[in-house]
Amino acid sequence: METFILQLINGIRTGSIYALIALGYTMVYGIAKMINFAHGDIIMVGAYALYMLWAVVKLPLPLAMLLTVVICSVLGVTIERVAYKPLRNAPSLAVLITAIGMSFLLQAVSLLLFGATPIKSENIVQLKGFHIGSIMIPGLPMLTLAVTIVCMIVLTLFINKTKAGRAMRAVSEDKQAAALMGINVNRTISLTFAIGSALAAIAGILYLSQYKSLTPTMGALPGIKAFVAAVFGGIGSIPGAMLGGILLGIIEVMAKAYINSALADAIVFGVLVIVLLVKPSGLLGKNRIEKV
Amino acid sequence: MAMLTIKDLNVYYGVIHAIKGVSFEVNEGEIIALLGANGAGKTTILHTITGLVPAKSGSIEFEGRELTKIPAHKIVSLGMAHVPEGRRIFSELTVFENLGMGAYTRKDKKEIADSLEMVYTRFPRLKERKNQIAGTLSGGEQQMLAMGRALMSHPKIMLMDEPSMGLSPIFVEEIFDIIREISKGGTTVLLVEQNAKKTLQIADRAYVLETGNIVLSGDAKELMNDPKVKAAYLGE
Repeated sequence: METFILQLINGIRTGSIYALIALGYTMVYGIAKMINFAHGDIIMVGAYALYMLWAVVKLPLPLAMLLTVVICSVLGVTIERVAYKPLRNAPSLAVLITAIGMSFLLQAVSLLLFGATPIKSENIVQLKGFHIGSIMIPGLPMLTLAVTIVCMIVLTLFINKTKAGRAMRAVSEDKQAAALMGINVNRTISLTFAIGSALAAIAGILYLSQYKSLTPTMGALPGIKAFVAAVFGGIGSIPGAMLGGILLGIIEVMAKAYINSALADAIVFGVLVIVLLVKPSGLLGKNRIEKV
Repeated sequence: MAMLTIKDLNVYYGVIHAIKGVSFEVNEGEIIALLGANGAGKTTILHTITGLVPAKSGSIEFEGRELTKIPAHKIVSLGMAHVPEGRRIFSELTVFENLGMGAYTRKDKKEIADSLEMVYTRFPRLKERKNQIAGTLSGGEQQMLAMGRALMSHPKIMLMDEPSMGLSPIFVEEIFDIIREISKGGTTVLLVEQNAKKTLQIADRAYVLETGNIVLSGDAKELMNDPKVKAAYLGE
């Protein structure tokens, strides 16, 4: 039983990072209707940025974290302006390929700047765990989960309750009609990328705190897993991304612990295939008929 | 002086010359109709006026201001609302949220509340269904919502694209009554329609388009008796 609970906590730890990344994926998809495959690499940029600002430049941690979020947001908006905006009316395949190219570009630039050797980071956040009965609950996974839940709630409130959020939903449905309402579509999409990239920066910070190692390709696998999580939960749905991320983390860790660690990824993707067969729109996705 | 003056407008879609030097005028308080078959360029003209499609050459002057260089999202705050073809309401937002989008550029909460009251008075059905998701409304109700949404911007002129399309005959009657009321309320109307008979009954003047050119224009009542219009558009 104790092992099971420990594994569950491990699963939540992995899963809440997936969830945080998936929130960014799902938000950009929901509003800009594109899969931003460079999203995972923003996490890498975030992790390197924090490391450079904190461990190398020796800025105080809160300031380094804040600057990391700003850097990633600016990068996200720049990527959208330079690479995706000219393709606003292009076929979605062209946009997808551009996004993959942007992902490689970010990895390659990071490789040039920092080299391929993994950089070790010191402990960034130290949190004492606490005991429940005889079970030791570590602090960092709980913090990660809390941060992810707060991000989800803030994002949901922002999209549903604010004017900018309503503009995002309008743009997501119909860009032309949104423009006729007086909504600046380009600015709304930029804002979406800024928020999505800020979430990726937070994910990068938490990822670095947990795994304490930096490589130029560190964002790729969590990025893909988070994409799967977003599809699993229902792409476009914010609670879906959260649920999909956490479930994916738990399934992955449980499969590693109780079935076979080599098969864990296969089991994760197998579950995805089954979910999509039964409910193609994902767990919390809406069955939406695409109108022509 | 005319409120809206279109002069020698040319629009291309790639190599296709969709609008071939069209000129016309809309005076304040008028209902102006643009008639013509599918593909004649009616929708393109409306889209060019509100900046959704760029003009190749020519000018669109609204109250002395040139519109061709102004981006689409800055048009509505000048006092011009566009009710697009196919209604284009935000189907996943509620009726109330849709109406709110119509007032997106307005700041004064009191004025917005007044406009909302006016829209609810004109369309009581929207008030009954204000918390309903817009996509679940019937076609006629969606058209009312699209019009209500446009009215929420308190426009001086409303461009309406095929408001009666796909509606049951009862709703068609209702929509034309509403257009007349909107006009009586002081809003100028530029109306694109397939239903030439009903349109000519409520319009002051009309322009007839064929493949990107204006081929006929004049007083709506006179056009109703024009043999060419009768043969081509009124089915007589």
